[in-house]
Amino acid sequence: MSPTDPTKASATELSTALANGDVSSLELTEHFLERIKRLNPTINAVITVTEDAARQDAIEADQRIAAGDQGPLTGIPLLHKDIFCTNGVLTTCASRMLDNFVPPYDATVVARLRDAGTVMLGKTNMDEFAMGSSNETSFYGPTVNPWDVSRVPGGSSGGSAAAVAAGFAPLSTGTDTGGSIRQPAALCGITGLKPTYGRVSRLGIIAFASSLDQAGPMTRTVEDAALMLSAIAGMDSGDSTSADRPVPDFRADLGGNIEGLRIGIPREYFSDDLDTAIAAQVKTALSELESEGAKLIDIDLPHTRDAIATYYVIAPAEASTNLSRYDGVRFGHRCAQPKDLEDLYFRSRTEGFGDEVKRRILVGTYVLSSGFYDAYFKRAQQVRRIISEDFSRAFEQVDVIAGPATPGTAFPLGSKNNDPVSMYMEDIYTLAVNLAGLPGLSLPAGAVNGLPVGLQLIGRAFDESTLLKAGHRLQQRTDWHRRAPDVEVSR
Amino acid sequence: MSVTPEDVVQIAHLARLEIAENELDTVVERFGRILELVDELQAVDVSDTAPMSNPHDDIQRLRPDVVSRGDNREALQSAAPAVEEGYFLVPKVID
Repeated sequence: MSPTDPTKASATELSTALANGDVSSLELTEHFLERIKRLNPTINAVITVTEDAARQDAIEADQRIAAGDQGPLTGIPLLHKDIFCTNGVLTTCASRMLDNFVPPYDATVVARLRDAGTVMLGKTNMDEFAMGSSNETSFYGPTVNPWDVSRVPGGSSGGSAAAVAAGFAPLSTGTDTGGSIRQPAALCGITGLKPTYGRVSRLGIIAFASSLDQAGPMTRTVEDAALMLSAIAGMDSGDSTSADRPVPDFRADLGGNIEGLRIGIPREYFSDDLDTAIAAQVKTALSELESEGAKLIDIDLPHTRDAIATYYVIAPAEASTNLSRYDGVRFGHRCAQPKDLEDLYFRSRTEGFGDEVKRRILVGTYVLSSGFYDAYFKRAQQVRRIISEDFSRAFEQVDVIAGPATPGTAFPLGSKNNDPVSMYMEDIYTLAVNLAGLPGLSLPAGAVNGLPVGLQLIGRAFDESTLLKAGHRLQQRTDWHRRAPDVEVSR
Repeated sequence: MSVTPEDVVQIAHLARLEIAENELDTVVERFGRILELVDELQAVDVSDTAPMSNPHDDIQRLRPDVVSRGDNREALQSAAPAVEEGYFLVPKVID
């Protein structure tokens, strides 16, 4: 094994170690598989481990490396959120509904990362159908936060975030419909990027809200996120909303300084909703960026609060439509001995879905029903445009917008389960970014009482490069992203 | 706007979901709280604002009408609960 501890190393560092022959992909794979086997019973971040296939992929990666035929991700182990279809491998979306679902094809994100030479170790836990902010709605039980196992890791990509924080893999994939990459990244002290809507193909991602869903990287460093984004981004004819735009070399774009970069600080993001200790920590991170030559400019995003109501109409409406496909006929859970077709639909759906998913289907059905469509759904789509215009106006004055990723640090398991609305408030700083289709980056910015705090950077559509560059500068100056929980002790 | 238990039962029926008798009160109460939250939308001035269904106002492109993946019926039906001779089986619909 190399002097680099693989549990804490970035993918970029591991790639160098692989190229130098300090370690093999098979050794790395065995290291992470052993760690998952030993610690997952505590963290519950992984639903399925694919160890045989992982060893096989690692051996092939080692052969490519020996032949000098490797890319920057060849031989790097990773985990996929269990929302991505994986050919021949169980894909549950953390729902009883899909407890037996083995897809016959790979999601584009999975296929592209496989082509890049990564080694899939398994599939991560999540909130059921990505609906939740704590990972507690999973059919397979909650994932816990590696920094404090009595607390949530955030959600819905909570398993992916906890896995990277606990050193199960240097990289994981996530999806983000209203904050599901950025909020758990913040609560687990890792880096998470939600790309611009359309940047990454949604083919093979089990659909939640199709006008909001995006997939992105969850990593230890911004540099790794750039590397991973380059691998997954780009036009896909299989997704009619995928953007036909050139994909920059995001890692190459990390170079240079941020002298004169204008960073907008929304007044609304530092209101009373925000924990004061988090506000102070986020301001410390911002002053680091200022020291790099960035200019901080106060701005307004006046409809910040309205994003919550808008989101909780649009997302459930789209979800209720998308989830109507689960009927017990073509795939997924089917009730025993249905007495007729209606009974088959009713009981398969009632048994297959958990409480939060049912709640959102009900809300979505309600806001789309005749008589309420104009008052709720149409109006929410109008407010969506107003929110989007707030951002467009702000981006006339600034290049990037910065603020906290979440209003608090990781909360205790069970503390918000009885009040869906208090859970929804978790995403107050992230929802609007999905509504406007913009890229958002969450990165570690220190801790409050031993729990990680996340800084969020928001960019113009298709300008991930500027976000990544600013984030990379911050990680060159600070060591927040280098801090890792001692999982062996917190167990 | 407030909802009654009857409203919620009707909505659940439309969504092909059953709500157990002993859960109805909790479901109605939480549903009501969510509606209270989303009712904040009524305070926003939306006059002269067109609805936005795609964040970039893009329209979905159409693909050329050609076979792209060929016949993979067997693979696609491999995850089905019940099939026979290429058909999905459901309970008898017509007597």
